[in-house]
Amino acid sequence: MSGGILVIVESVAEGISRASLEAIAYAQGLGGPVKVILPGAANQTQADALAALAVDEVLLADYSYPEGAGAGGYDGDGYVAVLAEAVRRLAPDQVFLAHSYGARDFAPRLAARLDLTLVSDCIGQEGEGDAVAFLRQMFLGRAQAKVKVAGEGPRLVSLQAGVARLEDLRRGSTPAPVSRTSLAMPAAPRVAAQAPLREGERSVDLSQARIIVAVGRGIKTQENIALAKKLADLLGAELAASRAVCDEGWLPIERQVGSSGQTVAPALYIALGISGAVQHLVGMKTSETIVAINKDASAPIFKVADYGIVGDLFQVVPALIAALEAA
Amino acid sequence: MKIAVCIKQVPSTSAPLQLDAGTRWLKEGETTFETNAADNHALEAALAIRDQLGGEVVVLTLGPERATEALREALAKGADRAIHLVSDQAPGLDPATVASLLASALAGEPWDLILCGLQSDDLGHGQTGAFLAEKLSLPQASIAAALEVTAEGQARVKRELEGGWYQWLELATPCLVTIQSGINKPRYAGMKGMLAAKKKPIVKQPVTEYPAGLTRQSIDELYYPHKAKQTRMLEGSPEAVATQLVAALNLRARP
Ligand SMILES: Cc1cc2nc3c(=O)[nH]c(=O)nc-3n(C[C@H](O)[C@H](O)[C@H](O)COP(=O)(O)OP(=O)(O)OC[C@H]3O[C@@H](n4cnc5c(N)ncnc54)[C@H](O)[C@@H]3O)c2cc1C
Ligand SMILES: Nc1ncnc2c1ncn2[C@@H]1O[C@H](COP(=O)(O)O)[C@@H](O)[C@H]1O
Repeated sequence: MSGGILVIVESVAEGISRASLEAIAYAQGLGGPVKVILPGAANQTQADALAALAVDEVLLADYSYPEGAGAGGYDGDGYVAVLAEAVRRLAPDQVFLAHSYGARDFAPRLAARLDLTLVSDCIGQEGEGDAVAFLRQMFLGRAQAKVKVAGEGPRLVSLQAGVARLEDLRRGSTPAPVSRTSLAMPAAPRVAAQAPLREGERSVDLSQARIIVAVGRGIKTQENIALAKKLADLLGAELAASRAVCDEGWLPIERQVGSSGQTVAPALYIALGISGAVQHLVGMKTSETIVAINKDASAPIFKVADYGIVGDLFQVVPALIAALEAA
Repeated sequence: MKIAVCIKQVPSTSAPLQLDAGTRWLKEGETTFETNAADNHALEAALAIRDQLGGEVVVLTLGPERATEALREALAKGADRAIHLVSDQAPGLDPATVASLLASALAGEPWDLILCGLQSDDLGHGQTGAFLAEKLSLPQASIAAALEVTAEGQARVKRELEGGWYQWLELATPCLVTIQSGINKPRYAGMKGMLAAKKKPIVKQPVTEYPAGLTRQSIDELYYPHKAKQTRMLEGSPEAVATQLVAALNLRARP
């Protein structure tokens, strides 16, 4: 094409990943021609889902190893090979993809292979042409930066989940043209992948909770969880936690909220001693009402909170329990 | 096993952040620094493998003079030696440049395993490890939630996927693995470790030349994020804010 936007998308069992569709919506919103490329094996459902969108072309870029080795599973080497070939051939102005866990694996290597710079985990952009600045969070969401990119070649940018709304994804009036390619990988696979697994069945489904009391590292010790539990029990709420708390083993991982845990949207979410890193926020920011109790006024959790209390949770929570018992 | 661990010193995540709009960085004098969380887990993973299979653990950092402290702490926890690429420009460098400088420092020694953290808690690129793997043409596994290495040199990695899913990967050493927080419980540096660290070598190599054309990103502006929502901040004594919250949300104790 020379020019325009190329969006790299990833498949999931049911079709195309939500974050990838958001990346396409983001690209559509910028205007100009948009092509999408799906690396790896694609089934008909995935091909049809992409062809139905308002895009100029759909590229299904598979790869194969000698003697059928490594067929099927995710393979970073295969992804990097087909994507590098496509970016070289198409020479787009901008390349977007979701800042997914997969992208963390293959996107930096794609950048290295192509001698490009990768602006990762962006939340938007400002300006046009050479003056464009990409917005990204730093210091775990406590600061934000405008990043400019110098030099030749496409701008390679990974996007944070939620940069665009799925409702804004435009469908095409006629199916977009689809091309299928398969690249022969020269050597045997270097990494063998097994089928994805989920550990144990979940016994708590936090997504059904009406009220959630969530604890973060600010709770300090496992014994102190009892304080949060008391509040939760009084309110008829489920207890949940940040990853930091589950990593410590203070609460089981099935109570973790966030990108690697559960996604919740209760009527009321009370965050105790949680800083509000983006990976936590993506799992709870659509809650109807969010209350944050944190001793650091600059904690990013306050950015999404409806009610904020800057204070020591070991003073505020007992007071809250007392007030509830009195009410 | 010959294991290298890339560690970075970052501003403490528990202290308030003091931005410096002029330098588009932090007020360094008002900032305390600590080892990046994921890198502590990477170091622990390396020490555990060495304790089991023998060999050595070398820690490597690119950073200003102050970053020596992170190396010393790693030595006190049990790393065998350290390499410090001294550079005042480190915070402003692209992952491509950082990876390229780390790659040069690692070249020339036959590593079995190179470990990085998944992500730095300051710049948060989540890129340097993968970039480094590509520079060194090593097979890679990322976001490791478990790592096992056999004496025969086979690595098994439990790769974390979104939403509580995992996937086991197998790859032969030499390879590079990026480590996710929570994979293990990092050990503390004891008194004995701190004394022993004093005798362990830290090789300092000032960075005098930066690879041309690799640093292409620059921070144009650095600021505190704007609020997404109207937040009602409740003020007063713990009792006063508790009463306000109960009233505002019409909270009731469950009968
Ligand atoms: C790939 C990836 C996936 C991740 N997935 C998830 C995920 O699914 N879920 C998740 O939560 N995180 C996830 N994380 C981790 C995330 O980046 C943060 O590290 C984590 O959310 C921090 O947890 P925290 O807020 O409890 O701890 P911290 O960031 O340490 O915050 C503790 C907070 O407690 C406050 N505090 C301390 N003492 C008190 C007190 N006495 N009273 C009141 N407040 C106090 C502090 O001011 C601070 O804000 C992921 C990270 C990565 C890289
Ligand atoms: N300056 C540095 N010195 C040593 N290791 C680094 C440096 N910067 C990044 N790393 C490593 O790369 C990982 C990812 O960093 P980043 O790409 O900045 O998110 C970190 O967890 C470290 O293991």
